Amino acid sequence: MTLTTHLPALQVVVPMLTAPLVVLMRVPGLAWATAAVASFMAFIIAVSLTGAVLQGGSVIYLMGSWPAPYGIELRVTSFSALLLLIVTAASTLTLLAGKRSIDADVDPEQQPLFYAAWLLAVAGLAGIVVAGDAFNIFVFMEIASLASYVLIAAGPDRRALPSVFKYLVMGTIGATFYLIGVGLVYMMTGTLNLGDMEARIQEVGDLRSILVAAGFITVGLALKAAVFPLHAWLPSSYTYAPHMVTAFLAACSTKVALYVLLRFDFLVFQQNLPAHAVQFFIFLMPLAVLGVLVASGVAMFEKDLKRLLAYSSVAQVGYILLGASLGSVMGLTGGIVHIFNHALAKGALFLAVACLGARIAQLQLKGIHGVARHMPWTMAAFVVSGLSLIGVPGTAGFISKWYLVSAALQEGTVGLILVAVVLVSSLMAVVYIWRVIEAAYFGATPSSAKPAGEAPPALLVATWVAALANIYFGVDPSLPLTLSTQAATTLLEHLP
Amino acid sequence: MVILFAVFLLTLLALTAVAIVRTENLFVAVMLTGIFSLLMAANFFVLDAADVALTEAAVGAGISTVLFLGALALTAEHERSVVSGRWLSMGIVVVTTLILIYATFDKPRLGDPRAPVHQHVAPWYLDQTPELIGIPNVVTAVLGSFRGYDTLGEVFVVVTACIGVLFILGVRRGGYSPSPDGDRLTTAGSGLRHHLIPKVVGRLLIPFIVLFGLYVLFHGEYGPGGGFQAGAIIATGIILYALLDGEAQALKAVPRPVLMGMVVGGATLYGAVGVAGIALGGSFLDYSVLADDPVKGQQLGILIIEVGVGLAVCGSLLSIFHAFAARGRH
Repeated sequence: MTLTTHLPALQVVVPMLTAPLVVLMRVPGLAWATAAVASFMAFIIAVSLTGAVLQGGSVIYLMGSWPAPYGIELRVTSFSALLLLIVTAASTLTLLAGKRSIDADVDPEQQPLFYAAWLLAVAGLAGIVVAGDAFNIFVFMEIASLASYVLIAAGPDRRALPSVFKYLVMGTIGATFYLIGVGLVYMMTGTLNLGDMEARIQEVGDLRSILVAAGFITVGLALKAAVFPLHAWLPSSYTYAPHMVTAFLAACSTKVALYVLLRFDFLVFQQNLPAHAVQFFIFLMPLAVLGVLVASGVAMFEKDLKRLLAYSSVAQVGYILLGASLGSVMGLTGGIVHIFNHALAKGALFLAVACLGARIAQLQLKGIHGVARHMPWTMAAFVVSGLSLIGVPGTAGFISKWYLVSAALQEGTVGLILVAVVLVSSLMAVVYIWRVIEAAYFGATPSSAKPAGEAPPALLVATWVAALANIYFGVDPSLPLTLSTQAATTLLEHLP
Repeated sequence: MVILFAVFLLTLLALTAVAIVRTENLFVAVMLTGIFSLLMAANFFVLDAADVALTEAAVGAGISTVLFLGALALTAEHERSVVSGRWLSMGIVVVTTLILIYATFDKPRLGDPRAPVHQHVAPWYLDQTPELIGIPNVVTAVLGSFRGYDTLGEVFVVVTACIGVLFILGVRRGGYSPSPDGDRLTTAGSGLRHHLIPKVVGRLLIPFIVLFGLYVLFHGEYGPGGGFQAGAIIATGIILYALLDGEAQALKAVPRPVLMGMVVGGATLYGAVGVAGIALGGSFLDYSVLADDPVKGQQLGILIIEVGVGLAVCGSLLSIFHAFAARGRH
């Protein structure tokens, strides 16, 4: 066997095994450099896995060489490849760009622990994505969650601690619900392997235990994914986390929970549980619509820059679910491609915020008045990514909105309402992005708080890489679209 | 007879749970959670899950109680009463409970040999373990080898928790010398040092606890136990030492850098066995390639990873304990 066959395992193992070593690195900068290198290696692995998936379909890896339902299987599909790209790219970009930003937020003596937690978060998220086993997903969910709590708690603001405690309690409830559900399914099927579960759940699909299991798993994962109205933990956590952590986690962490939710629901439950598909769509669609409208509405009135973008994230989760709740290939493709596109847009926006944060202490709307004059490049990147978030043609955000609208139009009257929802919420996005732009470009600079020029070069370059990725994938969306279409087709081909 | 025990234990369990919720004295609540865990361990034992019972007793009843006390030494003893939202929470809990009870209506009867869990993968494990791994304890075979990747993940969960606690409580690694007095958790909090009887009896116990931990570690292939339990048991012994003779003495016996070395070394040892599997031509965590005879390789692999698990768990738990204790001094 060549090293290529081991890529699914290495995807998780490289960041995971580097983490404990990073703890020991006490030379300043070494921990950061090692973490960045490990993260970059994970990115290279993700790219090669994507290539392998595009060429030859799903990649399967048997841990310890044990056959599938007895041992643990890793399974990299088009859907997983898309998520792996997001997780590793977000981590690598923010790490490479963020040294100075993190130096400002985290005490040098604490940095080895911080970077170890960062790598564990990457390993945890990647572990969830490649897992083909329900319990294995839980184990790596624990790693990812614990590591995220640590990263968010590193925020310089004391309010980071109460918000992370809230996140911890909510996240633990979510994980427990997921575990209860998996336990019930295991009780009725005797297996933990997802593929095996799919086959064996058929015989017991009409039993009450399985029905309850489906409920627990869906609610637990929805809590982790901050699906409206279970999003209460998200805004404060994103607001008080260190800027680079916000940029990293906002790009990928809720998406990974959504990925598990969609995968579990479509592959295991929908074709086997009577009427589950219909119920799933009926319950999900109103939540998605409400999430989109309410969260966008709150974002319009937020004064804190990071909180504003955090509420926007809750709304974007709504879009992804809206696509999924249409139950068509086009809708699901729209939802999944929005996972990718929103990661690009929100990652770039939070990076731009980090640029501002490098020069301005208070990231309130009134604190950034006239900042565009002193930080023109930062604000230009903010505008570009903001346009992508709104969904302006020529940006990545447009592609997902286009798919969502086209899919909705196939649905008749309900579809027209959904189109209206997408349009209204896009206008709301225009409003909240505009409020930032208005303050930054047209506000008068208060003489007291004059920012000391542009953001650090590394951070600015990374922000522009992310912003330009929004343009690139808006003009040539073939990679995310191919992966999303394949993912949507796989998820739906099981359905009757 | 067993059913009588089970009903008795479960009733006590329910009563304890209600008592934990109702009490507003946090010290009482902590003591009750210790009792809760012990009852839970007894329950697991009645259900023939000796490995889980051992873990629950060591971690739940032992270490987490001490950690709770450590946290309690830093805060007030009484809960602030919260009035708002109580009924809502109550409603949610009741509904969730009812749903869970509803889910058990289709549950196979306890111990039913025709239950799905006994029909699918479990018989395979029972059949194949003697042949493929050659050890009597199937649980160890499943956790150590068949699902060894999950166990690796669990070790990293513990390591992540340790990193998290050290990070958040802001303990400098090895950089200070603990003062012998002014130590709230171990002196003022428990005050065992000046009590003769606990001190003498406790000191007598410590070597046996550590010895038992080592037995559990190296005997895991034959009887209940393994690295996780062993790590927790040995950590309990050392924490007991810290409670009796002060944290400073415990840190002298096992200094902070050694603890960190155990955490990092244990986790890395486990990972290294996995990587060795790849290097020797198998897949990750494939122990068969470690020796010429695949069965010998499996046994060797399981032994090494159990040592890794034990080191990492023991180091992590002790680091967390010391982090709390050190916090008490500030």
